[in-house]
Amino acid sequence: MHDREYYAIRTAAALIDVSPIYKYLVAGPGAMRLLNRVVTRDVARCAVGQALYTPWCNAAGKVMDDGLVARLDEATFALTSAEPALRWLHDNAFGMDVEIEDVSAGTAAAALQGPFARDILSQVAVLDPGSRDVPGSLDRVKYQHLAWAHVGGVPAVVSRTGYTGDLGYEIWVRAVDAPRLWDVLIEAGEPYGILPAGLLALDQARVEAGLILIGVDYVPAPQALTPAQTSSPFELGLGWAVDLDKGHSNGRQALLDERAEKPAWRLAGLEISWDAIEGLYASVGLPPQLPTTTQRSSVPVYAGRRQVGYATSRVWSPLLKRYLALAHLEGAHARHGEELAIEVTVEHRRLTAAARVVKLPFFEPERKRA
Amino acid sequence: MTSDYDAIIVGGGHNGLTAAAYLARAGRRVLVLERRHLLGGATVTEEIYPGFKYSVCSYVVSLLRPEIVRELDLPRFGLQILPLESTFTPLPDGDYLLRGPDHDSTRREIYRHSPRDADAYDEFGQMMFQMAKAVKPILGMVPPDPTSLAPRDLLALGRLGSFVRGLPEEHFYALAKLMTMSAADLLDEWFESEALKATMSASGIIGTFLGPRSPGTAYVLLHHYMGEIDGAFRAWGFARGGTGAIALAIAGAARHHGAEIRTEAPVARVLVRDGRAAGVALESGKEIAAPVVLSGVDPRRTFLGLVDPALLPEPFVEAIRRYRTRGSSAKVNLALDALPEFTSLPGMGQHLRGAISISPSVDYLERAYDDAKYGHFSRQPYMDIVIPSTIDPSMAPPGKHVMSIFVQYAPYELAGGWNETQRDALGDTVIDTLAEYAPNIRDVILHRQVVTPWDLEQTFGLTEGNIFHGELALHQLFFLRPVPGWAGYRTPIGGLFLCGSGAHPGGGITGAPGRLAALEVLSR
Repeated sequence: MHDREYYAIRTAAALIDVSPIYKYLVAGPGAMRLLNRVVTRDVARCAVGQALYTPWCNAAGKVMDDGLVARLDEATFALTSAEPALRWLHDNAFGMDVEIEDVSAGTAAAALQGPFARDILSQVAVLDPGSRDVPGSLDRVKYQHLAWAHVGGVPAVVSRTGYTGDLGYEIWVRAVDAPRLWDVLIEAGEPYGILPAGLLALDQARVEAGLILIGVDYVPAPQALTPAQTSSPFELGLGWAVDLDKGHSNGRQALLDERAEKPAWRLAGLEISWDAIEGLYASVGLPPQLPTTTQRSSVPVYAGRRQVGYATSRVWSPLLKRYLALAHLEGAHARHGEELAIEVTVEHRRLTAAARVVKLPFFEPERKRA
Repeated sequence: MTSDYDAIIVGGGHNGLTAAAYLARAGRRVLVLERRHLLGGATVTEEIYPGFKYSVCSYVVSLLRPEIVRELDLPRFGLQILPLESTFTPLPDGDYLLRGPDHDSTRREIYRHSPRDADAYDEFGQMMFQMAKAVKPILGMVPPDPTSLAPRDLLALGRLGSFVRGLPEEHFYALAKLMTMSAADLLDEWFESEALKATMSASGIIGTFLGPRSPGTAYVLLHHYMGEIDGAFRAWGFARGGTGAIALAIAGAARHHGAEIRTEAPVARVLVRDGRAAGVALESGKEIAAPVVLSGVDPRRTFLGLVDPALLPEPFVEAIRRYRTRGSSAKVNLALDALPEFTSLPGMGQHLRGAISISPSVDYLERAYDDAKYGHFSRQPYMDIVIPSTIDPSMAPPGKHVMSIFVQYAPYELAGGWNETQRDALGDTVIDTLAEYAPNIRDVILHRQVVTPWDLEQTFGLTEGNIFHGELALHQLFFLRPVPGWAGYRTPIGGLFLCGSGAHPGGGITGAPGRLAALEVLSR
């Protein structure tokens, strides 16, 4: 029953194995130059001990993947990605003085997410005395920052990051230490109601947090079969993560052009009207049936009779009591408050229900950054 | 007398606050006056013992109206309902019955007790769903007066008729039986397993002064299926932060719309001028004027206490005096150093994250009722137990727990009357009974709060400690609630309305009386 896991994320704490993510170490005098060429954000602004979320683009300015860049010291960075990136990093590193190491298989990671994540982790984590810039208690590890620590005696990097939009940490350890890390966290979390959680719960939480998922909310450019399938960072609502003043980076010219012309598409949050859904179901004598797992099939979105977009993720939020969707909309229809309609299937019939464009994220508790 | 307010609401319980929120939302200037130092009435969370939060009275939420959650946007003001997932019935012979959220495991579990019942369980659920669907619209409507020829009454009666006429024949007869039978008789028609029958019939007696073999209890069972048919919206479970969090969310919505809420402002009486409500007088002597007064207080206390009965028609006063409000239940709240260990199912698990029902057999429940009939609390009470901290760790310090025990029967009219000694004796009986199933309970109790019907009356103002502001018996429901002829939230005093659980559709955390009363005020 994934809803218990979902509620653990929002009211207690959940432990999620995020080891399958790809992990690279990029080190050497050319490390920053390489990353700044690859990703859209300005890595020079990333202080030691800080982590940045960023997409990266191909030469056409279309998103290939998104992940975290973390600065471990002056000239050493970690990069995480959903798709393999080793070859792409190597190709881009041509002529640069930089070492790239794929540490995916040797590194495990567990995400500890939820309102009690900090209470649990402080029971078992001891920050290393020499921990760059962040000695002392876990409270000092600010949102999107990291620290070196021992967790249950296991050497680890603790980052205040996650994919739930809640208070949480990701703990990075050597793969051989992973079972020990897991057991230590579960044991420390027991008094706080910790539960192991899987992808169904995570998928529900990340939609509430307005976080996009590769392969669901966008097609990674290398896998697209037509240009129309690709998306730019602007179209995915990631314009804030694009720095075009930092010098050359992949896709820069295309992104400059696009910014000048305004992007054709925008990723937006939709709230589907409960009254509309209830009415549609009432007309067939049923209570509303809504998806309690994230629906990843694309459905059309209309303005009047004209299709102006498509929703890629839809889920009922038990917390907010709202039916949410992430949708790609034509730029002109993506303004907050815009009244649209979305296709819904009720008892085998395709109908439409009113839906309104709302601000993302749908859910953002203060504790996430506090 | 000029007034600063369009409406005054007496009592900051969840219904009073709901009424306030709706009136304020419609632009009315609203004042809520609460006697206690905190809001919520019986929908309250209090830290009686440091670090441990008790849902002192009401402890789960099942029927909070989805339209209220939406219209007042309660999640925005902090409302979070966590699912209550299972019902665990430990048995004296060392066995147990555990029904959970997973259909297949529940089926296997019932099959273990009776293969026949495993089949019947799904069919029964299907039948109750159909019944609940037929009856549910009633919860959301102002009851029509069947003796009235006024167009709105006739229209409402017509709508009601069409719900019933829309039922297939077999459902119509099933509904007629549900309205008249006892829970035990109804369940006997379906099931053979004692543990299953007893635990299900317990839903039919909660808060009533009836036993599982008393006619009319089958209908109360139906109420428990109402929540099921809200589909994904279902609001059945614990409120994060205890039930008080529900009242606080509603208060948040009311304030957001401009309502003024005062605590420690006990109302002494409703002011009446020329047969119309004119405001209220506080116990401090201060008078506050308003053309409309809504009472969230129970009908007996409203019409025999806040209003001078001499100002009311004699037959109405008679009817209110006969309105049944016998309290039958108590609460025991515990702060625990560790979780209870049930002999039949040791360790932490699913069974501690849901309801724990001490209801081994129908005879057990009926015997518990027998004691109450003659003025004693049950020597072996029915108990509905939850441990909210297993789902919401913020209710207790890490690793510690709070346990909420609903106890029935504990009659208001106790032989010899309630006092400290009787209160302790009830508390001991509850712990002794629980210890038969979970022997370690005595060793892990850090603090115990016993709330008798007498306490419910003294502290929360519930007449005779009745948790529903009047018994949920068929003769006191729908167009008969609280009394015939006055089911529409209005009262013989112009401008005075009832907005609490003593009005349709009755008790429990529904918000429905508050909402419907406010809409009635606004429709004037």
